[in-house]
Amino acid sequence: MSVTRGVAAQPIGSERAVARFGKFKGWVLIYIAVAVLLTGVSLVVGTSSVRTSLGWLMSPAVLSDAVLWDIRLPRTLGAWSAGALLGLAGAIAQSVFRNPLAEPYLLGSSSGAALGVTLSLLVTETSLTGLAWLGQLGLTGAAFAGACAGITLTLALSRGVLQTPSLLLAGVVVAFLLGAIMSLLLLRSPETWRAMQSFLLGSTGFLGWRSVALLAVVLAVSLPPAGLLSRGLDALTLGEDTAWSLGIPLASLRLALLGLLSLTTAASVSQVGVVGFVGLVAPHLVRESVHVNSRQLIVAAPLCGGALLQAADILSRWIIRPSELPVGIVTACLGGTYLVVLLWRKAQRE
Amino acid sequence: MRSRPGALLVGLLALVCTCAAGRAADAPIVLFDSAHHELRLEHPPTRIASLLPSLTETVCELQECGHLVVVDRYSNWPASVAQLPKAGGLEDVEIEQIVSARPDVVLVAHAPRVLERLRGLGLVVFEFETQRYADIGRNVTVIGALLGVPERAARLNRQIEDSVEEVAAAARSRLAERAPLVYFEVDSGPYGAGPQSFIGEMLGRIGVRNILTADLGPFPRLNPEYVVRANPDVIFISPTEAPHLIHRPGWERIRAVREQRICSFPPAVRDTIVRPGPRVAEGYRALTECLLRVAP
Repeated sequence: MSVTRGVAAQPIGSERAVARFGKFKGWVLIYIAVAVLLTGVSLVVGTSSVRTSLGWLMSPAVLSDAVLWDIRLPRTLGAWSAGALLGLAGAIAQSVFRNPLAEPYLLGSSSGAALGVTLSLLVTETSLTGLAWLGQLGLTGAAFAGACAGITLTLALSRGVLQTPSLLLAGVVVAFLLGAIMSLLLLRSPETWRAMQSFLLGSTGFLGWRSVALLAVVLAVSLPPAGLLSRGLDALTLGEDTAWSLGIPLASLRLALLGLLSLTTAASVSQVGVVGFVGLVAPHLVRESVHVNSRQLIVAAPLCGGALLQAADILSRWIIRPSELPVGIVTACLGGTYLVVLLWRKAQRE
Repeated sequence: MRSRPGALLVGLLALVCTCAAGRAADAPIVLFDSAHHELRLEHPPTRIASLLPSLTETVCELQECGHLVVVDRYSNWPASVAQLPKAGGLEDVEIEQIVSARPDVVLVAHAPRVLERLRGLGLVVFEFETQRYADIGRNVTVIGALLGVPERAARLNRQIEDSVEEVAAAARSRLAERAPLVYFEVDSGPYGAGPQSFIGEMLGRIGVRNILTADLGPFPRLNPEYVVRANPDVIFISPTEAPHLIHRPGWERIRAVREQRICSFPPAVRDTIVRPGPRVAEGYRALTECLLRVAP
């Protein structure tokens, strides 16, 4: 009887898997279509009216060329790439820590990047010769170096990558510590406050083709290994003991995944500042839409995160145009609202 | 910007209430600050705490610098204030430092938490509005009345206005035909100085056109493409940001960037431009000198 049941169950299980895969492919296509649509929309949303922008598309001129192809297009593609990196980082963080509230900045990358930018601004303003090399890095380089330093400090404090609680605790400690140092420095130099605010609230305003190239390269470099490691992530979701018994080399797997998490977060934060909620919300949105395994999540979360940040970028420049809102405020409003709805729906179900 | 409908009356009230020239020697000084708080002193204060650079500068320009006993961290002019104890800034004011200096009066800008705490400790606190050009003259008048030197205050106000008008008139006549279009970047957000801001008022008075419109507010955060579309002739920006303008997407096409018509000022000069205080004429001079040099 058990044999019969096993034989009968096989086609039903595979049919369900095929249906799920079909649904997953459908959602991937939807995310891509939304990104393409938003790219088109972003070309006509800015300081000019939609009608004027459409006119520019029809009859190009020197100024309109600059606005459309040197400002709006790289800006929206950069926003998509940064969002995709945050989505990927969020998917990795939530899988590695087996915590749905895990997000890319958990390991001190944002506070490290913020401290790097603060130091860079102070060095260039006060001409501290001892730290002149930091000024040479530029804000982007300083943010990247700071993010990497923050993550390294977290890993050093937690004495490795194996213990999730000590990693999380070290991440919190590093975030507070570096944040306090940054605040102390800013108090001594009030002129840099506003520039720092732009960074801390996220900004897509100055994304150019160089930023797009950098973000795209990091995304292209990060996705294949993340996909290859996703089998290990699937095993991790069953628990560390189970993963161990399945022969997964836990230490090297976690080290590789945290390396990817650091690279993707640092690249994103160096280009668009600290944009919250995208990395947290994108994997949730994917899981809410379709049942996915880790490999599928690694593909879908970046697509979803990219579209999210693209949409937030368009809203940030449209709501109070020709002024603009920091993009981090828009993502916080959108992401926060979504999480509240998610919690409410969960409470209703229970 | 906060609206202070009664603020315009403060200067007049100060004069009416104190009128030091005609004030009887034993009559108390009664003043109302920009938030309409009544301040009553039996004698002009001899121990003054100032928590804003422009107020510190005003006290010193009224030749009462010797009465300052504590100042904020950012007060750096005149050089003599460097010797005074520092009480932090408005964000992290050191209450203990102020109390231990035993001031007769504390001069401060609008900062609710600081005001509440200092008043709670029984200190006499006087609040000032320091946002617009008109606030300069008003604050000079009020501080002059408070310190019992209204004639000096009136003289200082005349000096400030005469110097500013002299610089502005000369600039207007030389820039009249050119009327350059300018963008003043306050910070790399990018935040610009609109016509309603103190800096915007200065630019308007010397006869240049601001790319920002009044409806955007005093310091709007801009979509960078706004600046590209406006294509300013001259850009005012901090020396640290100036070399990076060319790397901002699309900005290489802006006339000011293309033709290197950029004005940047070292911190000491920038202080005179961004502080609505008695050295405003120096700020005007620095602005116009650079404008005349680089404007097309």
